[in-house]
Amino acid sequence: MSNNTPFAPWNDEAAVPLIQFDGVSKKYGDFLAIDNIDLKIYPREFFALLGPSGCGKTTLMRMLAGFEEASAGKITIDNKDMAGIPPNKRAVNMMFQSYALFPHLNVVDNLAFGLKRSRMAKSEIDGRVEEMLRLVQLQKFAKRKPHQLSGGQRQRVALARALAKAPKLLLLDEPLGALDKKLREETQFELMDIQEKTGTTFVIVTHDQEEAMTVASRIAVMDHGKLVQIDTPDRVYENPNSIYVAGFIGDVNIIEGRVSHLAGEEAQLCWAEGTSDIRGMAGPKIQKGEEAAFAVRPEKVALSVQEPIERNNRVAGRVEDIAYLGNMSTYYVRLENGNLIKSQVANDRRISRRSVTWNDQVWLSWSDTAGIVLPSGGNPS
Amino acid sequence: MTLSKRLLIFVPYAWLLALFLVPFFIVVKIALSDYAISIPPYTPTFDLSAGWAGFVDFLSKLDLENFVFLAEDDLYWKTFLSSLQIAVIATLLTLLVGFPFAYAIAQAPSEWRPSLVLLVILPFWTSFLIRVYALIGILSNEGFLNQFLMWTGLISEPLAILNTDIAVYIGIVYAYLPFMVLPIYATLDKLDGSLLEAAQDLGCTRFQAFWSVTIHLAKPGVIAGCFLVFIPTLGEFVIPSLLGGARTLMIGKVLWEEFFSNRDWPVASAVAVILLLILIVPIVLFQRSEQRLREQNQ
Repeated sequence: MSNNTPFAPWNDEAAVPLIQFDGVSKKYGDFLAIDNIDLKIYPREFFALLGPSGCGKTTLMRMLAGFEEASAGKITIDNKDMAGIPPNKRAVNMMFQSYALFPHLNVVDNLAFGLKRSRMAKSEIDGRVEEMLRLVQLQKFAKRKPHQLSGGQRQRVALARALAKAPKLLLLDEPLGALDKKLREETQFELMDIQEKTGTTFVIVTHDQEEAMTVASRIAVMDHGKLVQIDTPDRVYENPNSIYVAGFIGDVNIIEGRVSHLAGEEAQLCWAEGTSDIRGMAGPKIQKGEEAAFAVRPEKVALSVQEPIERNNRVAGRVEDIAYLGNMSTYYVRLENGNLIKSQVANDRRISRRSVTWNDQVWLSWSDTAGIVLPSGGNPS
Repeated sequence: MTLSKRLLIFVPYAWLLALFLVPFFIVVKIALSDYAISIPPYTPTFDLSAGWAGFVDFLSKLDLENFVFLAEDDLYWKTFLSSLQIAVIATLLTLLVGFPFAYAIAQAPSEWRPSLVLLVILPFWTSFLIRVYALIGILSNEGFLNQFLMWTGLISEPLAILNTDIAVYIGIVYAYLPFMVLPIYATLDKLDGSLLEAAQDLGCTRFQAFWSVTIHLAKPGVIAGCFLVFIPTLGEFVIPSLLGGARTLMIGKVLWEEFFSNRDWPVASAVAVILLLILIVPIVLFQRSEQRLREQNQ
């Protein structure tokens, strides 16, 4: 495989997955936490499980670690059935959300903890610990106890400890949740860098869609124990397969209506009387004549004072609110039929020279391929 | 230091001075006196009216005679050794019983824990003396325990438990169990469950994880609990005198007999002073370990 080939083993029929879920379910009493999941994760992937709390993403990860047993179905790692294999017998390590650093051990002893249980020679252990300290740049803090470290340093110790045994699979449970925003962004790139250097397969659980988009090669969006969509970050964002996914990842405008035309990749939606139909891409599982919803991202909706007659999708409205975010502004435009549509515009001029303001009559427009027509139902959250 | 701060510190010091140091010096003084048939039963007594000369005379009459006597009569150091032995064994037994208790409470569903802790403290609502008396009813030859064992057919003759060292151990373990359970529970309760999972994830079996994480992190609680049981047990009087036999030698019992049966206050005071000196060692060790823990938690 040359370097120019994009990393996409999921499109390769011959690729052998590292992890395979076959019809896996998990029940707690009457509660179905995981509902009949099929999933393949390939070696060297950075795979994100994304969803709101209680969607089952943590349960899925804990099944990989061996802390939970599947109620039904089969999980294989490296072609071995994992049923009944305890956590300490798996070539899988986990970085815990709370970091779970041993408070009575210093950084070095925390890193060596797993190695000491693997019959490694003392000198080898020292070398490996040194290597790990270098990887996360904590050489200076080797003798400190966890309570003498900052949150960011603890996070790095936890990561190094989980990587020390060179696992085939590293599980990360909300690894950056406890860090502040700036540190989190830096650490995201560090994580990707370390993942690339070590060549380990990473599975990350997060509820932060930005984090998932940044780090992951593929994202699985979960809801109520089901996998709703598994795709690359750009496809999840640009081609969501349901209103749920569209709403969970990023901001979205939803216009409800009925499919009036469907031909290949093109679809049209009849949405309000006296307006022309909206043109968009055809999403999965829509039928002509059935109810559907048109989803378009605010940054793909252009705002103008003059009517943009060159575009098929154009609607008139009145600016109701403006959210100024510094680098961009979001205009909330009320349409004549009552719909509220968001348009995000880059602030390429100083705010004092802004031409549009509250209560102005404006036109919103977008290209024929900017939005997607999706089956209705499943509220965006 | 401001005046208000000095005042604030003065209050506890004054308290300790009045209620600990002054009585202690009185006991030391009696220990250095001689036995006398009088009221109080020792001499010399302190007479303010004689002035400075009286005070010098008073000091000259004090001597270490009683301590020499304690050293020469082997009953006393045997009693100290025997007390030490009973206290050590009883502390270990209390730990063996108390740790599973504390662990079980810490593992219980969180809504149950306050009630379970309350159950541990519940015996304190009755008098200590009455609870020890109740043990007599259980342990005696005709007691509930023997009746039960004979009813089940496990034994045909009643077991002689009361008035033996075994009864003393049972009494101490029963009476001091809360002092062991509570500090251990306090450390186990704070234990983050993900630490155990992390240990397993890194290659430990369940037992190894329990050993290297739970036991290790419970150490401060175990140490605190052991001291809290050991220190009062060493001087325990009620339990050996009510449950123990004639051959159970404990310093508290000897102390009581010297004071009230022999009315030899000077010797009794000397015994008390030595007991205190012996106890200073574990108390200082206990303070040190508490101090270390506080520093670690900062």
